[in-house]
Amino acid sequence: MTLHVSHDLGTWVAATLTLFVFSFLYKDNPLYKFAENLFVGVSAGYLMVQAYWTTIDSNLVRPLVQAFHGKGVHEDLHGMFAAQQGDYRGWLLIPAVFGVLLFARLIPKISWLSRLSLALIIGVYAGLKTTGFAQGDFVAQVQASLQPLWKAGDLGFTVSSILFTVGIISCLLFFFFSREHKGALGVASKTGVYFLMVGFGAGYGYTVMSRISLLIGRYQFLLDNWLGLR
Amino acid sequence: MRFAAWLAKLDRRWIFLIMGILVLEPLLFPLALPLKVTPPVQGFVDAIDHVKPGSIILMSCDYDPGSIPELVPMTRTAFRHLMSRDCKVVVTCLWPAGPGLVDSIITEVSREFPTKVYGQDWVNLGYRAGQEAVMVQMGQGIQNVFPTDFHGNQSHLLPLMRSVRDYSSFPLLVNISAGQPGTKEWVQQVQSRFHLPMVAGVTAVSAPEYYPYLQSHQLLGMLGGMAGAAEYELSRHEKGSATKGMDAQSLGHIFVALCIVLGNVIQFLQRRQP
Repeated sequence: MTLHVSHDLGTWVAATLTLFVFSFLYKDNPLYKFAENLFVGVSAGYLMVQAYWTTIDSNLVRPLVQAFHGKGVHEDLHGMFAAQQGDYRGWLLIPAVFGVLLFARLIPKISWLSRLSLALIIGVYAGLKTTGFAQGDFVAQVQASLQPLWKAGDLGFTVSSILFTVGIISCLLFFFFSREHKGALGVASKTGVYFLMVGFGAGYGYTVMSRISLLIGRYQFLLDNWLGLR
Repeated sequence: MRFAAWLAKLDRRWIFLIMGILVLEPLLFPLALPLKVTPPVQGFVDAIDHVKPGSIILMSCDYDPGSIPELVPMTRTAFRHLMSRDCKVVVTCLWPAGPGLVDSIITEVSREFPTKVYGQDWVNLGYRAGQEAVMVQMGQGIQNVFPTDFHGNQSHLLPLMRSVRDYSSFPLLVNISAGQPGTKEWVQQVQSRFHLPMVAGVTAVSAPEYYPYLQSHQLLGMLGGMAGAAEYELSRHEKGSATKGMDAQSLGHIFVALCIVLGNVIQFLQRRQP
């Protein structure tokens, strides 16, 4: 195994900052604080610039400038308001006004105007989420839960289906709070707790995997990209 | 008892150090622990293998640099898999800090296919703000949402995009996602609404949330975290960064499990003390 240390300044900066962050594991210190503050500042700045160029400029400013020249996405159409699906031209002034209204919160006298924009945003997202959840989760999941408990010659499927069905019913009963969990309901809800525990355990295991992956990623960067260990 | 008391008061930095060493050691000296391809990963592989060569695949890479160790190996292998099957790939991104990273990965992989040309065999449409609204809008026309690609080219001038209208142009959606917007939103807004078959590669922390979609066949396959990425690499006979990281992953998990057991034993012993 030999070292082929990187000559790239960016790699050195990244490696140094990684070590600064790792130093927190020993104890809080100025090097860690420096890396933390730098990260927060750079991230905020980057996201602000990114948001302007990828959202405001590309979705509003550029299409509006084109629209004022009577042009748009479809080259064969001419006119500021000659809009089509996906080519909104001068009509983009409407969302632009709604966007500006959001800043009305800064002026107490007219702050109520910002609620118009918020109402639009909330309405659109509530609609999207409700239909999406109903189609993608509620109906599809209920449908998938209705499965045969017995399949001739396939013991694995049978056991898994029974476990699955018991799990669903007992977990649902655990969240039924209109009666005290005693007697049969108590047994069922306790069974539900065990199923939930298994679920939480699996979730915890996956979370550990995710966190260790981050450490592995940093180690791989230090060993491969920075030190060039081969 | 004295040992248990000592363990209970152990400085947690020792645990950090042991974990650090356990994860580092197999990266320097691999143990080559066995790895097996599980059914969710096989489903992911099969879904891509069953797509006709020449088909256009929508690949949405919804993540940012925070998920590099888990999702970059998946992106790399999936893009290589699609290219090797002569599929044409339309890449999108719904996370603002992701498109540059994704572009560097697919550009790097595309160099392995010298006959493939940007604009004809793959395009990177970049990022578009709007989350679920973008997904729904894409169903009315992809170019309406992405009038330009990541490099600023007019989408309608790219040869591949002339064959792309909406979701009906794709036989499969490959989603690599780190959270929201991601797999859940693609299932809710696109898979169920437009009936577009879908596979997903996700971070381990979000994987348990998506197992119900596998059971209901809303997802044809799933790669969960680094383990999923490593299994995918194994099934493609590749030895990428996920496979190399799996030994470290296994030792880390064993150590965490050991800590949990020890913690419970100490708790049990302390409770029995008068």
